[in-house]
Amino acid sequence: MAEPALIDIRNLTVGFRARSGALLPVLRNVDLQVCRGESLGIVGESGSGKSTLALAAMGFLKRGLQRMGGQVLFNGDDMFDRTRKQLEAIRGGQLGVVPQNSGQSLTPTLRIGTQMREALRLHCTLPEAEHEARVINLLSQVRLPDPSTIMQRYPHELSGGQQQRVAIAMALAGEPDALLLDEPTTGLDVTTQAHILELLRELARTRNMAMVYVSHDLGVIARVCEKVQVLYAGEVVLEGPTRHVLTDPLHPYARGLLASIPRLGETHLPVALDGRPPTPGKTGSGCAFAPRCVLANDQCRSKRPPLITSAHGEVTRCFYPEKTGQIATIGSGTDPVHHDACGDTALTLRDLSISYARSGLIERLFPPAVPTVPTVDGISIILAKGETLGLVGESGSGKSTILKSIAGLLPPSGGQILMGADTPLTPNVERRRPDQLRCIQMVFQNPDESLNPRQSVLEILSQPLRLYFNLRGRALQDRAVELLETVRLGSHYLDRRPEQLSGGEKQRVAVARAFAANPEIVLCDEITSALDVSVQAAVLELLNDLKKSMDTTYIFVSHDLTVVRALSDRVAVLYQGRICEVGPAAAVYGSPSHPYTDILLNAVLEPDPDVAPKLMAEDVVELAPPACGCPFQRRCPRKLDSVCETDTPPSQTGADGHVVRCHIPLNEL
Amino acid sequence: MTEVSPITAPAQSRLQRVLTTLQEVVRLPSGSIGLTLVTLHIVLALISPLIVPYDFKEMNSAIILADPSAAHWLGTDHLGRDVMTRVLLGGREALIVTGIATPAALIWGGLTGVLLGLRGGWLDEVVMRLVDAFLALPGVLPLLVLVTVFGTGNDVLIPTLAFFFGIPVIRVARAATHEVVARDFISAARARGHSQLTIVRRELMPNVLDTMMVEGAMRWSWMLLGFSALSFLGFGVSPPTPDWGLMIADARVYMSLAPWGVLGPVVALSSLIIGINLTADALAKTLGLDRSRKAVV
Repeated sequence: MAEPALIDIRNLTVGFRARSGALLPVLRNVDLQVCRGESLGIVGESGSGKSTLALAAMGFLKRGLQRMGGQVLFNGDDMFDRTRKQLEAIRGGQLGVVPQNSGQSLTPTLRIGTQMREALRLHCTLPEAEHEARVINLLSQVRLPDPSTIMQRYPHELSGGQQQRVAIAMALAGEPDALLLDEPTTGLDVTTQAHILELLRELARTRNMAMVYVSHDLGVIARVCEKVQVLYAGEVVLEGPTRHVLTDPLHPYARGLLASIPRLGETHLPVALDGRPPTPGKTGSGCAFAPRCVLANDQCRSKRPPLITSAHGEVTRCFYPEKTGQIATIGSGTDPVHHDACGDTALTLRDLSISYARSGLIERLFPPAVPTVPTVDGISIILAKGETLGLVGESGSGKSTILKSIAGLLPPSGGQILMGADTPLTPNVERRRPDQLRCIQMVFQNPDESLNPRQSVLEILSQPLRLYFNLRGRALQDRAVELLETVRLGSHYLDRRPEQLSGGEKQRVAVARAFAANPEIVLCDEITSALDVSVQAAVLELLNDLKKSMDTTYIFVSHDLTVVRALSDRVAVLYQGRICEVGPAAAVYGSPSHPYTDILLNAVLEPDPDVAPKLMAEDVVELAPPACGCPFQRRCPRKLDSVCETDTPPSQTGADGHVVRCHIPLNEL
Repeated sequence: MTEVSPITAPAQSRLQRVLTTLQEVVRLPSGSIGLTLVTLHIVLALISPLIVPYDFKEMNSAIILADPSAAHWLGTDHLGRDVMTRVLLGGREALIVTGIATPAALIWGGLTGVLLGLRGGWLDEVVMRLVDAFLALPGVLPLLVLVTVFGTGNDVLIPTLAFFFGIPVIRVARAATHEVVARDFISAARARGHSQLTIVRRELMPNVLDTMMVEGAMRWSWMLLGFSALSFLGFGVSPPTPDWGLMIADARVYMSLAPWGVLGPVVALSSLIIGINLTADALAKTLGLDRSRKAVV
């Protein structure tokens, strides 16, 4: 490298002092170099230290953490030696930062223009009079439409994607030489994510900045980075050009990680990575990954492997990089159990519509002239016993709303929910019969929220067991152990509290609680989105096993199209609470017909540097669904004429049994 | 509840949890200082009748307003009574009254708050506006009115204090309930079809309890101040019973001549209140309820 690195981290070790008084490292001997015009990705699962590393690059450590050794050089000077004043000048100036959740990092009470001008006052040499023009210029650089209107808005008036763009514009305010991005697109919809990444690629090209991306998503890294570092238990285990790292990495962990990612083209389930990463201070003297590695031998367990540079410039912390080829990188694990939709009916949704608008006293006395458009409308689906229905759509598409309604937590405003083919369910959960309640169980998105932190695992599992089966004492405990074993946790978990479990273990307990009721239908609301990919694969496998042994019917909601693909027999694509397309998974994913499905599938990022997402429509914000016509009319790239605005699209049934709601004739789609 | 919990482990672990919480509180500087002060006061209140050197009523006209000496460590008051003796005994009444009234305030305020937070609707609106209206009044005023009407015995003071100091608790309990009710484990319990009572008892209460503990400690210190203020104004303990508030009221006239008569009870009262506040602070930190700390981590 001719040019000296702009961000140069050398042998950095960061730790925190434990209760026992010992210093436990969270980053161990990390080296990181990024030059101008380069982009480096830092990949790792939660707890791997990736965010700590990114913050350390700014010379910042979270409270409780301390530097135990090493240097963090920016432009040749150590960030930790600088005074507060100097740091303030660099941060946000030469070194821009884009945080993960910009919705939370923007001040809610200040207009966008005011916040942007504040950033300019601190880091811009232009005279104050020109700041306004500069703000408009920055906002248009991040391709926000109509910057002068955006300036007048408050953060909450912008969509997630727009907020992220504002955060990027703000990071660019100081004309930075380097940009740190901490999970810049996590939490955004796939289509928005694709647009933001495209924007960042372009910025990197035109501005010759050094960029550091922190992400757990290998698809994102594949899209925007030339080099990748893989962190595991606080140390760099692999570093190299993106193409090598994502196609044929020389470290067992990276290979396992790749295999655990579900992919669009794969009909098998991904393979889970067994075990969990060591907690700080528990890494032992050998290789940190050895306990989970299939290749591990005694040498791996006793000695820490050095970094070895391979022929094509990959650096790996493994004794046997040549042997890693034995581990597959594409997960073709268990074949998912598929069920055809011709058995008995488990659940029927008949023309379901749900409205969030509360009819208060004023609305009742003075009904609005135009009736409110329901959030979810016209959902009619018949679910066969043992079938898995995937519901996909972007945030706000009403997927979770439908689940809540089926569970009785949100009474629908119209239509019917029927158990089987003909037993109507009362909309309100309080009035349902116990056996009806037992039949439908729900697993929530985030186990931290859905498990009571004050209850032990036994108490959590005993709630449904006591309620539905009136189990007590010994019988209760035995059944709880049995349930724990079905989700592959042992009886020693009974006394633990949620805080003592890892994310994946918590979600298993939540699944066990749902299955404690011997349910016929299990509603899964984004149940893997709060989990790491390797853990996600394990949960998917678990659901598949349970389906095999208990013949459960699932409704599986996710924004992640690859996850839905892995498990579903049938998929329904939702847009703004209306079904665009529904059909057998293979048909929907194989020959997508609705323009929206096309857009969604094209925006999916896979960990493959050669596949670029196709951006077909702008990521416009829409607040309410249109009152009439096709729900997708405003974003549709293939919109016909006025017919799309006035008439509800007809249902067209294709040969492979899948239904598309679109005005364009089926053979032209 | 008729059913007996078949689980033996959690009962033990609950005790363990209390013990570990206590350990963590003590580990914090504020916790160790605070708990030491509070424990010291409670122990002194318990054993003071056995260790005081004089009778608290015993007057001696020969040594009125005497300076501290070997015989009278804190001097004597305007009636020649030993200040040290009276300071040592002066917290007993306050601790007994607030010791009963604080839990009572927590229970009635807490239960009302939780129920309002759960139920919402017009009742919630009405009660909360009443609470707002009450909180706008200066604290001692309504107390004085009630005490003037009903007299000053402990049988009046305890329910009065419990009632008035329970009102702010409603607000805190309601807010804590709102926070918990929004979480998915409550939805999960509702979707399973548990009764409202079970949800409150099993899912909600254990999560509100931490907040209530900290709130309880804070209320206790406020109530001590309130009680002493009443005594100071002559509505609390009746003479000659020694009480800090009353002693301050009596001695403040002679402050320039015998400062110890005021300083003694002031130091005693403030050290107890500071102790309680420090403990509450440490407890909040340990239980993760400290907002400023939450924002950083």
